[in-house]
Amino acid sequence: MRAFLLRRLVHAVFVVWGVVTVVFFLVRLTGDPAALLVDPSATREEIAQARHALGLDRPLLVQYAEFLRAAPLGDFGLSLRERRPAMRTVLEHFWPATAQLAFAALVLAVVVPIPLGVIAATHRNGVLDHASRLGALFLQSMPSFWLGLMLILLFAVALGGLLPAFGWGTPSHLILPALTLAAAPLAQNVRLIRAGMLEVLQHDYVRTARAKGLAERGVIYRHAFRNAAGPFLTVSGLSLGFMLSGTIVIETVFSWPGMGRLIVQAVPGRDFPVIQAAVFLFALVFVAVNLVVDVLQGLLDPRARVFGGGA
Amino acid sequence: MRVPRDRVALVGLAVIVISAALATLAPALAPADPARNDLLARLTPPAWMAGGSWAHPLGTDTLGRDVVSRLLYGARVSLIVGFSAVVLAGVLGVLLGLVSGYYGGRLDDALMRLGDVQLAFPALVLAIAVLAVVGSGLGNVVLVLGVTGWVTYARIARGETLSLRHREFVEGARALGARDAEILWRHVLPNVLPSITVVATFSVARTIIAEASLSFLGLGIPPPAPSWGAMLDEGRNYLTTGWWLALFPGLAILAVVLGINVVGDWLRDTLDPRLERGL
Repeated sequence: MRAFLLRRLVHAVFVVWGVVTVVFFLVRLTGDPAALLVDPSATREEIAQARHALGLDRPLLVQYAEFLRAAPLGDFGLSLRERRPAMRTVLEHFWPATAQLAFAALVLAVVVPIPLGVIAATHRNGVLDHASRLGALFLQSMPSFWLGLMLILLFAVALGGLLPAFGWGTPSHLILPALTLAAAPLAQNVRLIRAGMLEVLQHDYVRTARAKGLAERGVIYRHAFRNAAGPFLTVSGLSLGFMLSGTIVIETVFSWPGMGRLIVQAVPGRDFPVIQAAVFLFALVFVAVNLVVDVLQGLLDPRARVFGGGA
Repeated sequence: MRVPRDRVALVGLAVIVISAALATLAPALAPADPARNDLLARLTPPAWMAGGSWAHPLGTDTLGRDVVSRLLYGARVSLIVGFSAVVLAGVLGVLLGLVSGYYGGRLDDALMRLGDVQLAFPALVLAIAVLAVVGSGLGNVVLVLGVTGWVTYARIARGETLSLRHREFVEGARALGARDAEILWRHVLPNVLPSITVVATFSVARTIIAEASLSFLGLGIPPPAPSWGAMLDEGRNYLTTGWWLALFPGLAILAVVLGINVVGDWLRDTLDPRLERGL
């Protein structure tokens, strides 16, 4: 187990190094980062001045070494718009707004499907089974932001403002954005749990448990679901990553003051320190979630310690 | 009450063919120039509603532009971006995967680690960041969505190649003096294609949604070019006075993507039963 943990950790550190490198080269894609890292209205002299002040006239390798030292500490320079550390701005948007939204959506998408998926499996070809199949197909075929617009149209416009369409603060503001973000993974997770349960229910130990005269509920949740839960855990981890990138569009739809909306707003103003810091944080959370899922998987299922090697 | 899968797939295929035809024939079919403003007719509702007119069957937008015409031209953007980005990603990924799996060694390690790093970025975040640097536009969107999509194809192609490279028919071809490129092209690639086709089909669907998302955020296809995502962006500020602006472009995306997804499901069942059934 220790070797497994160590291997996963080394891999995660490697990936973070790669992420920092990508972020470093990102602003150098078009050649001159100085033009991107100063105010868009700056004159040529001001750009030259900034180039010197930011150390961009030094050799590339020196700059890269400096960046490798500063970035993991969260130092991405000053936000052009707000004139204060970019990472601080990003963190203030991540916590609490984005974290709240992603967490609420994750709970919806992971908890609600458990009973629904079990029922869909135990009542095969029942109403819920068909509904979840159609729901999954439709929800993964529409852009989440459009679902959000339609929910606004329904709950905030047609039903006369039953739920607020924009803003942040009260629990009722959270309902529509969280529902929008959770809808597609929720439907897919129902299908996943159903598939896992159908497979597990054929096994001998389930028959044995039934033969012992255990109550059906105990057989289903204690014996069958536990064994069907493994792959579900992995997918839930991936769902969190999916939700993080989903927040970008959903926060824009609902004017949710989070990190996703921040990165979108930073683009037209070409606030690259903020974009770099946000991209770094997104990737960092993503890597951390994957690491946690891998480790949990390893704890639950010793076979995964040997075979689980992916990202 | 379950409808057979191949019949559903046929309907999906029909939707794809019809939308491709509508997109191709847009100049002939569109009732109006999709970019022509007519401020006197702005926010005209769909024809069947009070105040609507058959001159604009699905109404007009805030600048008085005809919604049907913009939807028809928007189909071009969605389909072009969807298919060309996936072809780019597929060709790039399969090529790298074949080479990586066949030769192994340092190159293989490097490519696979690069894939790990790329998968650490949520795809949309990476696309936004790159487009912020290189600028928006049809070409750049295709390039960004294509280049960032290679990893899945490379992993599949590599996996298949690894399992095939020591099989008898490959060894046999080698013993007969076939060159590496020939072996990869004639003997390995045909075995990789079924899985790749299935994955690519679903990718077209996802790419169309990705383009719509980028355009919705104002980072994809710049106005006044009609893109379904950009139309939804314009429509979202008029939910109370012009609900049709937010409804129809979304329905168009839903129809096309749904069509592609059911065809993908059918392809998976037929071409590659080994691939896990997601649904």
